Amino acid sequence: MMRSSTRSMLQKNVLLSLLSLVMMYPVFWWIGASLKTNEEMSRPGLFPEHPMWSNFSDGWTAIPEFTFTHFYLNTFQLIIGVLLTTIVACSLTAFAFARLDFPLRGLWFSILLLTLMLPSQVTLVPQYVMFNGWGWVDTLLPFIVPHTLAGGIGGSFFVYLLVQFIRGIPKELDESAKMDGCSWFGIYWRIVLPLTKPALVTVAIYCFLWNWDDFLGHLIYINSVDKYTVGLALRMFVDSQSSVPWGQLLAMSLVSIVPSVLIFFLAQRHFVEGITAGSVKG
Amino acid sequence: MNRSSSTVISSAAKAIPAPKKKSILSRFLSRWESPVAGYLFLAPWLIGLFLLTFWPMLQSLYFSFTKYSLLEQPEWTGLGNYERIFTSDAVFVQSLKVTFLFVLFSVPLKLIAALLIAMLLKQNIRGMSFYRTMVYLPSLIGTSIAVSILWRNIFDSDGLFNQLLALFGIKGVSWITNPHTALGTLILLVVWQFGSSMVIFLAGLKQISTELYEASSVDGATRLRQFFSITIPMLSPVILFNLVLQTIGSFQMFTQAFIITEGGPINSTYMYALYLYDRAFGRLQMGYASALAWIMLVIIAVCTALIFMSSKYWVFYENDGRKKG
Repeated sequence: MMRSSTRSMLQKNVLLSLLSLVMMYPVFWWIGASLKTNEEMSRPGLFPEHPMWSNFSDGWTAIPEFTFTHFYLNTFQLIIGVLLTTIVACSLTAFAFARLDFPLRGLWFSILLLTLMLPSQVTLVPQYVMFNGWGWVDTLLPFIVPHTLAGGIGGSFFVYLLVQFIRGIPKELDESAKMDGCSWFGIYWRIVLPLTKPALVTVAIYCFLWNWDDFLGHLIYINSVDKYTVGLALRMFVDSQSSVPWGQLLAMSLVSIVPSVLIFFLAQRHFVEGITAGSVKG
Repeated sequence: MNRSSSTVISSAAKAIPAPKKKSILSRFLSRWESPVAGYLFLAPWLIGLFLLTFWPMLQSLYFSFTKYSLLEQPEWTGLGNYERIFTSDAVFVQSLKVTFLFVLFSVPLKLIAALLIAMLLKQNIRGMSFYRTMVYLPSLIGTSIAVSILWRNIFDSDGLFNQLLALFGIKGVSWITNPHTALGTLILLVVWQFGSSMVIFLAGLKQISTELYEASSVDGATRLRQFFSITIPMLSPVILFNLVLQTIGSFQMFTQAFIITEGGPINSTYMYALYLYDRAFGRLQMGYASALAWIMLVIIAVCTALIFMSSKYWVFYENDGRKKG
């Protein structure tokens, strides 16, 4: 009995290791390839004999006029603006849905759930027309303003996630605060918001990731190279050179996923909470 | 009731000092605990809803009946755009075909992979969190342009994939420039990133009571039988959730096709979203693109509705037959 269970344990471990290897193999190869020359790229083998560390430094400055430092600063600027506004706007909205009692609340909430499923392509063209008319193209406003209004990428989802979370906070806390004469804003600010912190972290993480990867949005609204985000810079890198220096390109791509991976390892628990929100009761 | 008694009552009522008079509005509002605060808190979202969702949707509907190049005023053409799309636009048909093929293959494959691997990762053995991390990591970088660049390289004629095939003595083709295989590489990419569906399945699997498995083992059910008679039915609400989510998402696939294959070769990966983008921002045909967007919305809505309607036959809710709590 004992022996068969150790054997099945071993089998499971072998199976899982194999699975992990298959899943991660392209990523390992990616790391190796970022250190290869173009000639080595087509030769088998995960890592090159002489790693070309210069792929990283050369790639960083490969685009004329601007280095990747500039593109990273642009991207971080956009993301910080979007992150702060999202947290404020979505938590205000979620507080209203979860705690306040006002006419048509049910109707608005079902509309919120519907917008969760609305494909963004439907509003893409008219929003562009509108923002273009206001002279917002090639600024950060098409990203920041929607997030200030609890919209933008993932807006409805974040509100929904926060509503679910706030509903789980015991109502007695705000009842007693109300007795002490606390205003609704006071309850939101002093009681609910501090307790919602774990969910806010989840929101911040997903907001970061999705905006980091929002290629279509950046593509449409950012035109001048001076304001390019990392994603757009990478695409320019692919297109600008006639013979693509794959080593440098893969090195720069690899660097561009480092922020996401770092966040993932720092906050794994919040990841799972974000993904499973709304899917499983409990 | 006679007259005199009613006058008595009314005069008695007059005698009682009326409580502080309230306007109709405030009496109406007093039916809710916090009507004003509610709308104040909701204001940003409401403004956003009207300004960034409702109004653009109306506008989009209007544009779809016009010819509009962004430079001039929209010019009303009635059903012209729709007529052209449905009768003489071969590219529309092609992109629709490609998109349906993509959805039909990628969604089921992704969900099956997610479910099977979630079953594998369900057990609590030592080091499991490490395995979970490794399996999830590719999904983290999901739609980023970086992964698309990687994929383009891997499936190049002398890329990693053909190097691996060469180990088995197989001569691979140039997967991305071959119209028969290009779509396959995109499907493979999204199937590789089954992580978020898997995490949802994992959470669902944990909710299934172990008693069910124990009881059925006593009755002599095999593992396979348990899978089909317990796991699948108990998990069906979660399967429905994942199915809807992935279907809606897959219809909108853009970045990967834009970077890896650029819609080619010979439009074999020309996704609907890519076509819409080209019409709108490549050729500045905002009216035509709006019509395409509305057709897409209807297609997605119909597919979602069909999935929900079919769910009656295959989704099992534990509290069926009981009163709603």
